[in-house]
Amino acid sequence: MAFAVVLFGFGLGFGTAPAQARLNIEVTGGVEAAQPIAVVPFGVSDGLIPPVDIAAVISADLARTGRFRAMPTRDMLDMPARHEDVDLRDWTLLGMNNLVIGRVEPDGSGYRVSFILYDAFRGDQLASSTLVSTKAGMRNTAHRISDIIYQKLTGQRGVAATRIAYVTATGQGEGQTVTLRVADADGYNPQTIVSSGEPIMSPAWSPDGRRVAYVSFENKRAAIYVQELASGRRELVASHPGINGSPAFSPDGRKLAMTLSKDGNPDIYVLDLTSRELVRLTDHFAIDTEPSWSPDGQQIIFTSDRGGSPQIYRMGSGGGPAQRISSEGDYNARASYAPDGRSIVLVTRVNGMFRIGLIDLDRGFMRLLSNGSLDESPSFAPNGSMVIYATIHGGRGVLAAASIDGGGNQRLSQDSGEVREPAWSPFLN
Amino acid sequence: MESIIRSSTTGASRSGSANTPRVAGRPRAPRTLILLAAVFVAGCSSAPKQQTEPVTSPVLSAPPTTTAPLESTRPVYAGPWEDPSNPLYQRTIYFDYDTAEIKPEYLPVLKTHARYLGTNTGVKATLEGNTDERGTREYNLALGDQRAESVRRLMIADGVSPNQLSTLSYGEERPANPGHSEQAWRLNRRVVIQY
Repeated sequence: MAFAVVLFGFGLGFGTAPAQARLNIEVTGGVEAAQPIAVVPFGVSDGLIPPVDIAAVISADLARTGRFRAMPTRDMLDMPARHEDVDLRDWTLLGMNNLVIGRVEPDGSGYRVSFILYDAFRGDQLASSTLVSTKAGMRNTAHRISDIIYQKLTGQRGVAATRIAYVTATGQGEGQTVTLRVADADGYNPQTIVSSGEPIMSPAWSPDGRRVAYVSFENKRAAIYVQELASGRRELVASHPGINGSPAFSPDGRKLAMTLSKDGNPDIYVLDLTSRELVRLTDHFAIDTEPSWSPDGQQIIFTSDRGGSPQIYRMGSGGGPAQRISSEGDYNARASYAPDGRSIVLVTRVNGMFRIGLIDLDRGFMRLLSNGSLDESPSFAPNGSMVIYATIHGGRGVLAAASIDGGGNQRLSQDSGEVREPAWSPFLN
Repeated sequence: MESIIRSSTTGASRSGSANTPRVAGRPRAPRTLILLAAVFVAGCSSAPKQQTEPVTSPVLSAPPTTTAPLESTRPVYAGPWEDPSNPLYQRTIYFDYDTAEIKPEYLPVLKTHARYLGTNTGVKATLEGNTDERGTREYNLALGDQRAESVRRLMIADGVSPNQLSTLSYGEERPANPGHSEQAWRLNRRVVIQY
């Protein structure tokens, strides 16, 4: 089954600077077994005008996972905001497995947001909580409620309160502007991290979600920076002759793997961010690049064309011999581990088309997650449920997300310009 | 190691240049109000069941900072390579897909530039390596580096001093033709000799 296109916020926003264009998200498919859920518009105290429609944000968050089908407000016969006003039988008659009600009340200069999640058939309260929120934090509060609901109903941690880093480009050649942005997982609150007339590439999150490493050509050569998001402070960590690329934080956040060609050829190095010690891990005349750490920090997978075509290899995170781990196809590149370490996502060429593949490391086989022709830059959601990647739609660079279980596809685009190189943040709370 | 550690918070405002990167921590946070058919229920007074820490906005709070690029070292006054009737005018050579091998047809072009650099030892050149968009960006950054390196080695073998040459890979980030066709890709797999 295909979802109706879900658009939220269109034409309703104001005060949004055009330079901070939001990512628009369309849900382009859902799983057959999507669970029906009703999120009733939250009640508000007299005279209170909350800055965000909490229920709409929660409904959209849940629908985006592909695992839930949120009831449209217009189909609701009743809109209870308090437990004593709820008649669960009404909701079971409408086919709802679950019901969410809630209220927003003033709390100093901010708000107190409470909600209850019901199992409509069993009549149980599955979760209830009250969150205190600043005015500016209301969308994040809604995302946190979504994550509580999602975890209660699926057993898996939610990613509604995470963020996405991505690169946008407008204009061509000399007039080009390239910008690195970070936005909420639903495309809202886009914030510019760095903007340049020269290329910016390869954003990578630190494991604590506080820093982003990236490659910038702002000084007319590739260099790697690490920037703290809260303060904007940044450090130039690699600016050697040749390429400085593919930054990847170690799982403990203390080291940065990268690709340098200062010694004549692209090879993998690891920089200790505290001691500044630089260790070379590969030494081969072929291309070695795109390092990615295993979740336990013990291994690094990377792309090498040492066998004649780009393939994925694995070595210890201190270096040493490398074994090839991709077996199918003549182009496999930019692999990264799933959060549980049991599979890797990568770019693979199939009949001349570049698509996103998932290799199950236990069983060894590959499954395709996308069907474009120039798909690239796959990045796992921190709960492992989805992969976000770059694709071309209508001749333009956009982002897409696919569920690992086969449903729940989304497309993320800007009103103008290209969007590419998405990197999904770790859990942020 | 050659890493340079430098804080960017110089505050130097050089916003006139198109190449000046703007590093920003502070967002002009868009405030979006969505009020769908809101049903206002008055007098919600039952006690909250649980109190948690206040939720703060995840918006960034850093002031925007500005950094300045290095001064361009390109001479304002150009050389013979700008003259269409001069053999040095051809400064771009093209490559086959996913290879850094120099095609024999471009050897005379490279020899011409090598001869020029060999007799004009004060002149420096940057070899800019580029790829088409197919394949991953970082692999292409490495491939562009290998293409530039192939040209560099050949020119050194032809007598050019290594300190006259530097390489710069743009990978697929700077296409000569932004199209998604075979024709565009052919023009994008290139090394440009920049004086």
